Amino acid sequence: MISETVKKILLYLLAFLVGAASLMPFLWMVSASFMPSGSANTYPPKFLPDAIDFSHYISLFSRIDLTRNLLNSLVISIGVTFFSLFFNSLTGYAFAKLRFAGKESIFKVMLSSMIIPGQVTMLPVFLMLKNMGLINTYWAIIVPAMSSVFGIFLIRQFAMSIPDSLIEAAKIDGAGEFEIYFRIILPLIKPIIITLGIFTFMGSWNDFLWPLIVMTDSSMYTMPVALSNLMGEHVQDTELMMAGSVITILPVIIIFIILQRFYINGILMGSVKG
Amino acid sequence: MRKKTSTIVLLIFFGPSLLVITVFFFIPVLASFIFSFTDFNIYSLGNLNYLRFIGIDNYSKILHEPLFWSALKNTFYFVLAGGPLSVAVSLGAAILLNSKLIRFKAFFRTIYFLPVVTTLVAVAIVWRFIYHPRFGMLNYFLGFIGISPVDWLGDPTFSMPAIILMAVWKNFGYNMIIFIAGLQNIPEELYEAASIEGAGAWSRFRHITLPMLAPATVFISVITMIGYFQLFSEPYIMTQGGPLNSTLSIVLYMYQEGFRWWNLGYSTAIAFTLFVIIFTGALIQFRIQKRYDI
Repeated sequence: MISETVKKILLYLLAFLVGAASLMPFLWMVSASFMPSGSANTYPPKFLPDAIDFSHYISLFSRIDLTRNLLNSLVISIGVTFFSLFFNSLTGYAFAKLRFAGKESIFKVMLSSMIIPGQVTMLPVFLMLKNMGLINTYWAIIVPAMSSVFGIFLIRQFAMSIPDSLIEAAKIDGAGEFEIYFRIILPLIKPIIITLGIFTFMGSWNDFLWPLIVMTDSSMYTMPVALSNLMGEHVQDTELMMAGSVITILPVIIIFIILQRFYINGILMGSVKG
Repeated sequence: MRKKTSTIVLLIFFGPSLLVITVFFFIPVLASFIFSFTDFNIYSLGNLNYLRFIGIDNYSKILHEPLFWSALKNTFYFVLAGGPLSVAVSLGAAILLNSKLIRFKAFFRTIYFLPVVTTLVAVAIVWRFIYHPRFGMLNYFLGFIGISPVDWLGDPTFSMPAIILMAVWKNFGYNMIIFIAGLQNIPEELYEAASIEGAGAWSRFRHITLPMLAPATVFISVITMIGYFQLFSEPYIMTQGGPLNSTLSIVLYMYQEGFRWWNLGYSTAIAFTLFVIIFTGALIQFRIQKRYDI
């Protein structure tokens, strides 16, 4: 049938167009980051560098010393991910399987609190951290993020599918609650741990407003804050800014491409009503 | 029947996370509410003795402040134009990738999704250059179809549409994933039966696809709305709220008042106003959902 073939061609054309639109900014970013200074700002726009120039990457790590900011982002994101996975999995599992009075109502209160935008808490948390002397330390970002309602919710949804008989059997064998958690539950909920881990790491890596508030010393900036600050000083230096953007984005893109199966499952789980 | 868990065990399982959430979320929400009735400023930041209760002055100041009304108007512009556009593009992309005629679905899906995971600050910087009036890619491409150069971020008429376009580009992949899952759950027989009865493509979309996707659409609309009301990084990086405050958002205004000018009492009142707006918006959407029994 001709109309079927025409339809197919049109659909592919559309699919490629949307794909091109999605990729174009990234391709141009990478391309411009290798262009010699000044050649990204020309008309007509250049799509490929005339000559490959690494100097922007070199100056980012020598003259500007972005290494420190990269390290900050890495330590903070790993710290947040580690603590929140540990605390959220303990609590998420407990909400799913432990029995005690008031469990459901506590959970409901926590869930409904998700509608409160985070900006509401920013000033008091800032003051608290300031009084504890934690402003301009990694803890200013890690401590408030050590647990999240969303994380607890995700783990709970997953842990509910674990059969009670498995836990009962372990109890009859004499296992304590913590032994059960470490030896039986943790291995079983590994997929959701990986999923939540990617979510948390990426969320923390990409976060901007909170690091902007609590990191006032440039040596403590995370990558997004450092990049935004860099733009203030080097706004004319397009190629340098593009190199900085590449370095900021690269880690999350690599993680996503390797682990996208877990990431996408997580979105679907988060969208199922509990 | 399992017996109840002992207190000490509960304490260890719940203690750490509930402590963090209580201390860094629930108590701050309350404290913030109280601060919104004070004149908390840079002096009280140094010494809390300077703190005075001023009743609802912050809130009445908000209502009389033209900048707040600009921020409110711009944020609503972003939410009401950008939100539905983003949901529509997500739905379109999901239908495209769900088509039986298309192969390499995983490949396309990964590419469409890529903008979602990337750092907003970095892509906002890239888009600043894409929108450049003279050297930018967008004006160059538009030139081919005879559109003369637009000063996207420098013209108050185009600044918000430019931010919306970038936000839709960045976000549509997320909701697309949820829509694809929803589409895959629609039984094939429904479409077959409709085809036999002579229903065309539009009619099938209108009477099968849309109603079957309604629960996913409500969920997506609510989370998109909540997210879009918190617009901050895009204008912070691309326009600093300009030109002529045309992209000043509520959160950007709150940030400037609170953490640039240290009018902290006033800024918490702005945050609470935002909360009330978001809460009302979600309530309206849930009402609609109940009304139509989705």
